[in-house]
Amino acid sequence: MAAEPHTALSVRGVTRTFGGLVAVDDMSFELAEHEVLGLIGPNGSGKTTMINLISGALKASRGEIVLFGENVVGESAHAIARRGVARTFQLVRMLESMSVMENVETGGVFGHARRWGAELRDHARHNIARVGLAGKEDEPVGALTYIDQKRVELARALAADPRLLLLDEWLAGLNPTELQTGIELVEDLRSEGRTIVIVEHVMDAIRSLCDRCVVMNSGAVIADGTPREVLADDAVIAAYLGDAHV
Amino acid sequence: MTGTEKTGLAVGAAIFLAAAFVPLLSGGYGLSLAVTVVMYAVLTTSWTLFSGPTHYISLATAAFFGLGMYTVAALIDVFPYPVLLVMATAVGAVLAALIGLATLRLSGVYFVIFTLGLAEMVRQLVTWVQTTMGTSSGLVVLTGIDEPMIYWQLLALAAAVYLASWRIGRSRLGFALRIIGGDEVVARHSGINTAHAKIALFVISGSVAALTGAILAPRWTYVEPVIAFSPMLSFLVVIMALLGGVHRLWGPLLGVIPFTFLWDLVTATFPNQTALMLGLCFLLIVYIIPNGFAGLIENLIRRRPLLAG
Repeated sequence: MAAEPHTALSVRGVTRTFGGLVAVDDMSFELAEHEVLGLIGPNGSGKTTMINLISGALKASRGEIVLFGENVVGESAHAIARRGVARTFQLVRMLESMSVMENVETGGVFGHARRWGAELRDHARHNIARVGLAGKEDEPVGALTYIDQKRVELARALAADPRLLLLDEWLAGLNPTELQTGIELVEDLRSEGRTIVIVEHVMDAIRSLCDRCVVMNSGAVIADGTPREVLADDAVIAAYLGDAHV
Repeated sequence: MTGTEKTGLAVGAAIFLAAAFVPLLSGGYGLSLAVTVVMYAVLTTSWTLFSGPTHYISLATAAFFGLGMYTVAALIDVFPYPVLLVMATAVGAVLAALIGLATLRLSGVYFVIFTLGLAEMVRQLVTWVQTTMGTSSGLVVLTGIDEPMIYWQLLALAAAVYLASWRIGRSRLGFALRIIGGDEVVARHSGINTAHAKIALFVISGSVAALTGAILAPRWTYVEPVIAFSPMLSFLVVIMALLGGVHRLWGPLLGVIPFTFLWDLVTATFPNQTALMLGLCFLLIVYIIPNGFAGLIENLIRRRPLLAG
């Protein structure tokens, strides 16, 4: 079954179990190109597992994940990365022994663009500047503050020229000023027409950044619609706050 | 190529050229020590090629080295010597590929123990085959190859290993290995086929160790598993590499030269306590100079301008 050409990602009946635990239960949703999708839900609802399934860190037990028209279930993470999927991690992952420059270059060398040499350096420098770290190219990443490390991770993902960008709680752990900067940065990416899946808890960010939201609870979709719609949905409110608040 | 790289290449070429004259100036004990130095230079540099960036500590050097040596010893009457060198390299490559495939999911201490156990298994296997199928516990290697010839072969191999390591260090593959050493999850999600990259480097490293063993076979006229597969060799390679510093191409050499002399002294003074001495050396190196001589030198260079100003 061929997907519509404008569909970037199509998740169809995906289930992932860990022993007896069903972390993701028969999930289905679609993501069009140039769309920003928020994947939200209470802690432990399976959001990060879903991101790990899309990026190939985990393999689906059942179901199809169709990326740009091709089923990628069973493919390893590096193969999916080469299809143009880049991600950040819930807990920042830095290459501690390397400089900011090298950390960002990592994204551009082995993905679908495969840059090298002077072209790679220019590309990395451009993306470092994009996330607001110009001038810090040669600093060791260990010397950076938390938000700057998050910026490095975003620059690394952008250096891959991603066709689909997965941001796993990229805004978590930032203070209010940093959060504002972070939201503006993602807004910039959105206005460039990038295709993004955002896993997020920060409601302000979800309202201002997402075209659509998929709400998960206990591994399943409980709502799918615009942020305004889903945040007013009874099932969503019950999932976050308990039935008494509906 | 930058200016410093050109200088580096020129200095390297000059050192190799100078080293080529050693057999003409010195024989006997001096040359014997020189052979040992170059042997360890090759083994540590090729070990570092894989284990340096990835931090996967392999203790299987003796398995590759021994198999290379045994390939020559067992077949010296059947095939010409140059053919045996190629065969030994191939045997090393195949063994490395098999180890690589078997250990893909192992990391840290599990990988270390696996390689140590594997080297021991290969040694026992060879001993068993030899005692059940053959008539003696060793093999006689009689060739017309003398010590200067061995030395020049090793020196040529060393030059090839340095050149290859330098090329790999500047390539995508070298960068991939450093990323794998930093964080394999990041490596995979950046599009690196971590299995391929690791196996490729391990195969290069293993086949060089096997070739080194093959070149050294004629040095001993009688080859036994105890000599060819000595676990001490695997440990010495790791210790020398750490002493020199594994984050620089020229690092291991800085460890090999002083340690070969030190070890010569230690084995002559305490012939029955070598294992104890090896352990002591290892502890001292890890605690006192964790980044090796290369790290020490770089720190000194970095500090000097501050002291001057």
